[in-house]
Amino acid sequence: MNNAHGVAKKSGDGQATGDSATGGSANGGSVSNGSALRLANVSRSFGTLEVFRGLDLEIGHGEFVAIVGPSGCGKTTLLNLLSGYDEPSSGTVTRAGAVRMVYQHDGLFPWLTAAGNIELGLRHIAAAAERKRQLDELLTLIRLENFAAHYPHQLSGGMRQRVEIARALAGDSDILLLDEPFSALDYLTRLRLRGELARLLRERPRTVVFVTHDIEEAAHLADRIVVLSERPARICCELRLDLERPRDLTHPVVVDAVKRILDVMGLRAAPA
Amino acid sequence: MIPSPTDLYQRDRALSDAPLTDAALSDAAPGPSTSPANASPVPMTSRILLPTLVALAALALWAVLSASGLLPPYSFPSPLEVAQGFGLESAQGRLLDNIIASLFRVTVGFTLGAALGVPCGLWLGNSSRARAALLPHINFYRCLSPIAWIGFAITWFDIGDKSAIFLIFMATFFPIALATIAAVSSIPAVYFRVARDYGFRGRELLMQVTLPAILPQLITALRVTAGLAWVVIVAAEMAGAQEGLGFAIMDARNGQSPDLLVVNMIVIGLVGVTIDQLVVRLTLLPGVRWGYER
Repeated sequence: MNNAHGVAKKSGDGQATGDSATGGSANGGSVSNGSALRLANVSRSFGTLEVFRGLDLEIGHGEFVAIVGPSGCGKTTLLNLLSGYDEPSSGTVTRAGAVRMVYQHDGLFPWLTAAGNIELGLRHIAAAAERKRQLDELLTLIRLENFAAHYPHQLSGGMRQRVEIARALAGDSDILLLDEPFSALDYLTRLRLRGELARLLRERPRTVVFVTHDIEEAAHLADRIVVLSERPARICCELRLDLERPRDLTHPVVVDAVKRILDVMGLRAAPA
Repeated sequence: MIPSPTDLYQRDRALSDAPLTDAALSDAAPGPSTSPANASPVPMTSRILLPTLVALAALALWAVLSASGLLPPYSFPSPLEVAQGFGLESAQGRLLDNIIASLFRVTVGFTLGAALGVPCGLWLGNSSRARAALLPHINFYRCLSPIAWIGFAITWFDIGDKSAIFLIFMATFFPIALATIAAVSSIPAVYFRVARDYGFRGRELLMQVTLPAILPQLITALRVTAGLAWVVIVAAEMAGAQEGLGFAIMDARNGQSPDLLVVNMIVIGLVGVTIDQLVVRLTLLPGVRWGYER
């Protein structure tokens, strides 16, 4: 592994980590063909529950891919496979670069300040001065300079998620995995944070996999939307959106994408 | 005494342009209200004034009952007798000596109980096999009143400090270990995932993730256990000591001096409250406030 965060095997407290990889080299190795993440013929079962069967997915460098699908279809399992937290029953997962995860909520350590939490992402930097410089830069980037010494419980939900994203952007991570990062927020905050994320990615380009159940959110942000079917999940539709970010929510491309995904998922009301 | 979440939220809004400083944090401590946003339902002056009034009322009632003969001297001493007893006890230095003797035993026993109970709880909290083997036994000893050990304590350690410390240890170790186990098992799984993402392992994981994650619950457990230790020391000293507040209680009873009995009861209560006030200050540490404010 070429990074410190990718494939730690044991998490100390013995949570289920699916060490049953029979598919050989599931981790590590650089990808020669230029993609940042690649799932090749990946299957994952938990006992008799088959979540994926023969899934193929390739994500290019700098691409923003949103994964949507019905709840319980395995979106989170997919992220766990991509991050290396979980391993496939068969097939291979390849990732080129360091992976960072942004959680739904409560992913910040409540006993550390906003600055302390962001510094977790800078732990690998030995020089204190350099750490401090990068910390200040990140705090400025997420516009929370004045909240460096605040603890998570003293911040609003939106501020907390901004700190989480800053922590994941810290250092030299290449790939961001976001697990419904805005789902715990109210609609207006969610809209604002979509704009925030677009801005942050312009400043710090990353390969992004964004799992969401919010179709509009996917269409608002992603270069490519992957729609998963019910279990065992397969990719039932892929959609490319060629539109600069930040996007207007009512832009025809965005609206059209929402319509098409609703169609695919059978969620559009029949015209009266 | 601890401000409500709403108060603190408002306070934080008010402070939003300034980093949280020590001054801002001490605002969370019981102290005079400095801003309207921090106004708690009961102002600080009342929080001292009201209990004092209640104490004075109780004292007055007691004096009236004694003076009227409803509470004859042989059944309960008058306030005046108790005040005289208090003067006598403190003038001879006995009172202070007894307080120091009891406090010393509680401090040593409680420190030993916590110093061994917390690591033991962390270990059991992290090892399901060890937990399966030992949890029922820890529960067994927790349910066993430490006073039951007094006979063996005196046989093994003789009368005095050592046997009292042993009893305090037996009173505190098991509940502290149990509380630690419970706290570890309630740590949200996401913290361990984040810890893993950012490369925490082994000792670092324990000291920088597990321990801070349980600290608020641990402090609450320490507070309860410190109170328990103070209750137990009086019983322990009644049989197994030649000084200390428990011994003084026994001595006053044997000497048939109800005034001294009341003097020592008042002192025991006051010292207990003071210990609690000291331990509760731990909850003001900035790194644990999250556990009490959401």
